[in-house]
Amino acid sequence: MAKFKKSSKGGSQEINASSMSDVIFMLLFFFMTVTTMKEVEYKVQFQLPEATELTKLEKKSLVTYIYIGPPTISNRARMGSESRIQLNDKYAEVSDIQDYIAQEKGNMREEDQPYMTVSLKIDKDTNMGIVNDVKQALRKAYALKISYAATGKEGKQIEH
Amino acid sequence: MANKREVPQPNTSSTADIAFLLLIFFLVTTSMAGDKGLSTRLPPPVDSDVEQKVEERNTLVVLVSQENKIMCQKKEIELWELKDIAKEFIENPYNDIHLPKKVPVTINFFGQVEVTKPHVISLQNDRSTKYSKYIEVQNELIAAYNELRDELSLRTFGKPFAELDEERQKAVAEYYPQKISEAEPKEYK
Repeated sequence: MAKFKKSSKGGSQEINASSMSDVIFMLLFFFMTVTTMKEVEYKVQFQLPEATELTKLEKKSLVTYIYIGPPTISNRARMGSESRIQLNDKYAEVSDIQDYIAQEKGNMREEDQPYMTVSLKIDKDTNMGIVNDVKQALRKAYALKISYAATGKEGKQIEH
Repeated sequence: MANKREVPQPNTSSTADIAFLLLIFFLVTTSMAGDKGLSTRLPPPVDSDVEQKVEERNTLVVLVSQENKIMCQKKEIELWELKDIAKEFIENPYNDIHLPKKVPVTINFFGQVEVTKPHVISLQNDRSTKYSKYIEVQNELIAAYNELRDELSLRTFGKPFAELDEERQKAVAEYYPQKISEAEPKEYK
């Protein structure tokens, strides 16, 4: 019969904690890689429209954002409640878009430039007029790949 | 020489704490859901005096009006009707002379096939159309393409479009090329 060594009486066993930091570090690196910081501080409010046929934007570094919506409450007094365009963290006009796109394109590596995507985050109650203006400006700036940001909708079918 | 001296081990018990702190920070700031959206391509800028001529049978005009109503070929329709109309238009299954012309094209995996290559869906809107309505319509049109592509890939490869490899996806996409033209804004009086 095998003999079992009786554990010494009293005094709890020490747990080896040296590998704990490795485990934690691994988790840390996981979260560091998947994390995405909020791009900018929002100056406009927007509630994205719903859609079903969504495609994911793959590479963050290729995406440029344009926000359109009514100004946030704290900016209402100054800016009014009409829909405004936000580029980076400033309010902007349609005429600023071409410069903005050119600048963003300049920040990219040359081989990435054709894959540049502009993500339009537009409030769902915006009128198409301003959206059309932005689209025309984007065409002129040769930023032709665009993505209308939208949130997913439950259920694939529309009710008849 | 006295080599026997032991190297003192640094105290590592606090690395876990530091890592924990960082971990919690990233846990809090992380947002897993990536950006999603409807992808489209805008046409390159053209001179406004050069009108591109497209045959009437090859265009499907979808207009989202000021009152957020959908007009398809000058007829008012409901949103749920649009997808089937678009699908029939894109596919032209019975070679109808009022639907887009089919032209022979050679595509990998399919060989020589007839597809409605010259078709264009022209999506028009008014300046005061609601953006959400426009996206709904856009969504239906993209859904029509996606369904056709799915049906085709199930028929030929036995797998839905999303599970095909890149080359096959390209071939299927060539069979049903997505041609939604977000027309130049027009004035509707």
